[in-house]
Amino acid sequence: MLALTAVLMLAGCTGWQSAIDVQGAAAISIKQLIFLFVAVCSVVWAMVMAVLIRALWRGREERGRPADLDPQTERRMTRAVIAATAVTVVIVTVFTTASFFTTRALSLASHDDLTIKVRGQQWWWSVEYLSPPERRLQTANEIHIPVGQNVRLQLEGADVIHSFWVPNLAGKQDLIPGRPNTLTIRAERPGVYRGQCAEFCGLQHAHMAFLVIAEEPAAFERWVNSQQQSATDPSDADVIAGQQVFLSRPCAACHAIRGTSATGTTGPDLTHVGGRKYIAAGLLETTRGSLAAWIADPQTLKPGNNMPMVPLSADELRSVSAYLASLK
Amino acid sequence: MIGHMRILQVSLCIAVAMAGCQREERQLRLDPPVAAALDEIALMPNGISGAPPEVFFALGRPYETNAYNLSQGKRLYSWFGCKACHADGQGGAGPAFLDGWWNYGPEIVSIVASIRDGRPHGMPAFRDKMTTEQIWQLAGYVQTIGAYSVKTAAPGRNDDKHVRPAENRGPAALLFDEGPRPLHSDQGPRP
Ligand code: HEC
Ligand code: HEC
Ligand SMILES: [Cu+2]
Repeated sequence: MLALTAVLMLAGCTGWQSAIDVQGAAAISIKQLIFLFVAVCSVVWAMVMAVLIRALWRGREERGRPADLDPQTERRMTRAVIAATAVTVVIVTVFTTASFFTTRALSLASHDDLTIKVRGQQWWWSVEYLSPPERRLQTANEIHIPVGQNVRLQLEGADVIHSFWVPNLAGKQDLIPGRPNTLTIRAERPGVYRGQCAEFCGLQHAHMAFLVIAEEPAAFERWVNSQQQSATDPSDADVIAGQQVFLSRPCAACHAIRGTSATGTTGPDLTHVGGRKYIAAGLLETTRGSLAAWIADPQTLKPGNNMPMVPLSADELRSVSAYLASLK
Repeated sequence: MIGHMRILQVSLCIAVAMAGCQREERQLRLDPPVAAALDEIALMPNGISGAPPEVFFALGRPYETNAYNLSQGKRLYSWFGCKACHADGQGGAGPAFLDGWWNYGPEIVSIVASIRDGRPHGMPAFRDKMTTEQIWQLAGYVQTIGAYSVKTAAPGRNDDKHVRPAENRGPAALLFDEGPRPLHSDQGPRP
């Protein structure tokens, strides 16, 4: 029964955001470390419990004065205490050494194939591919990486401290305003891994997620090429109207759409927003409907976020969401 | 009886402590009709001074007295590039706010009008770049930079080094001097 419960609980730990279902080199070494700790600590706990239960049991039978011990028992007990202390020292030393080497291994990537700047802000992630130069591009809330390559993340905080955490791939690393941190991740297998801000950062901390999408190198190159393109020029009348709305309203002051006059940097780059899986940092799946819902009233969907409600007529709303959905 | 008194005292203490927990209201979402009403400021014919709309008072002058709005205003001040021309209040291509001299008056409506509609000598209009709510938040913040008396609420602190006294110290009150001659003498000496 107990075993069954344990199995069922562990089954809940697999999935796209799990520190146990590991898919990256760093996460694998962290998992091994955790398992070592859990195993050793479980044995220690079981032994302590056994001794405790035995002591309680015996305490009921003979109620002699505690200090009245014959020399033989006294010697036996002294040896037991010394042995327990020695074992404790050994375990703590092993733990410390293991943690030290694991931590060191995490930051010892021999080379990086790709450098990405991730800037955390209330409450979304701006993502800029810095090098190599032929892969430069700008996006948000979604990080594509090639499988089997070391990706160096340059982590920066824009306003308060955030923390970058993709449990399937690596441990947490803080994004601190004024002090860039780095983290190297590497996915061993293709997949979609969910990450989340892991440092309380205000009202919408809970809605500050992102995806890491690990792809085979060829698929990754295709993605890079499509992302580097400017936004496609609209042809459909509705979509053209939507572009007009976007460019003439406050939207363009906060958002960039490459290939148009919109160059704002306060909000996410929307050049290929229609091609991202989620909008508003993991809040809603990207569809024309969810885009319209978001634009109509961002403060009800994600109260306190930094996009204001811009009053639009129903027609404007319909066409602007059609336009954004068309930006694949 | 004593027991009852005790319970009463303890619950009174808890009630008093809980009252202290009430935090400032954050108006996160301005209903479109309210926003439209806020846009209806009545300016004097020369575009200087005037009266805020009724709804501003009905809401309790939120953009002058609410710390959340002032903090948002402070963010908007850097997000919308005001620093490029006005620095952190010291001025540059645009006039300084720190000296406490307002070419177009110190009232919040004048500042709203300056930001929303622009001013003839080089102040761009932000009407199409910001929402009404944001313009009011920003105006409330700009007002604190050039205020002679300290407001009861202050925006968040700077993350980087201060280049002037913080807003909660009434920077203009500390730095106020006679200032430059008004740019447009036809509008009379100010303040
Ligand atoms: C004051 C700046 C500002 C204005 C004006 C603004 N936005 Fe935003 N927008 C943001 C911010 C900030 C976010 C990120 C919100 C979050 O996820 O917390 C955002 C998010 C979005 C997203 C989701 C993008 C993603 O990938 O998550 C869309 C779509 C969007 N805005 C469209 C618009 C449209 C259309 C308008 C005009 C009607 C507009 N925005 C006006 C700041 C702004
Ligand atoms: C391109 C430069 C420029 C930018 C950007 C700019 N301003 Fe100005 N601003 C000016 C100039 C120049 C004036 C003086 C206009 C005049 O006297 O007619 C001015 C005047 C003003 C005034 C009136 C000051 C008074 O003494 O009454 C206010 C308030 C103001 N600006 C606020 C802002 C805010 C807030 C922003 C950011 C959203 C901003 N400005 C951005 C150039 C700029
Ligand atoms: Cu957070």
